[in-house]
Amino acid sequence: MGITEQRVSYTLDSTLQTVDSAEEKATSIATELGFSEDEVMQISMAVREAAVNAVLHGNAYAPDKKVTLSFERTPENLVITVSDQGAGIDLACIPNPLAPENLLKTSGRGIFLMRSFMDVVEIRPSHTGTELKMIKHVHGPSAGGKEASQ
Amino acid sequence: MKISSRQVDGVTIVDCSGRITLGEGSVTLRDTVRDLLSKGNKKIILNLADVNYIDSSGIGELVSAFTTTKNQNGELKLLKLTKKVNDLLQITKLYTVFDVKDDETAAVKSFK
Repeated sequence: MGITEQRVSYTLDSTLQTVDSAEEKATSIATELGFSEDEVMQISMAVREAAVNAVLHGNAYAPDKKVTLSFERTPENLVITVSDQGAGIDLACIPNPLAPENLLKTSGRGIFLMRSFMDVVEIRPSHTGTELKMIKHVHGPSAGGKEASQ
Repeated sequence: MKISSRQVDGVTIVDCSGRITLGEGSVTLRDTVRDLLSKGNKKIILNLADVNYIDSSGIGELVSAFTTTKNQNGELKLLKLTKKVNDLLQITKLYTVFDVKDDETAAVKSFK
């Protein structure tokens, strides 16, 4: 774990324990920063979903691959970054889980939930891994008031 | 996650509590529903009154339980959603898919 005054980062194994740990860290930090109970739940769930994607779909549980999780507090925002060392995702292949043909699928809702709960979600895939950056405004709009996503 | 089942007028009510998330919670729910169906229990109510957290994997398990039951000519309904679970089903539009009930007696009677 590395800490600066406004930034905390963790390097985690590609395990299910990392998913729970990431969620717990997000809950703790969001609570400390004074987010409301609903916002804390949204942030912790978004981080959990990001960690699931990094561990399962990115690193595919590979023991030699790590997940990096960081939280940065700026005056206006909580900025959360989750990175994996996988092959990178194809953004064009992310289905819309609200489409009628996808409604009864048992997976594919993680990124949708992140975008629903956070104000900004940016996904940067590369052949050496995927970096997912999420922003929650400290006094910003509630869930659904997103500025942009890609 | 903890699960227990009981029978009321030919309907199986599955009382769930805790978290339905990737890993143990999802697997427990999946095994329970499949076991019920294999024993011929095809009228199922998932009582989610004490489920305080569910992630996308848990949502996927609810969908899986619903479709698996339907494919075996059964019916699966949801009972007493917490606000968090209700909100998630609204966001994901699954509220329109599931038959959601608030009252246990009415839920039991709603089966054909």
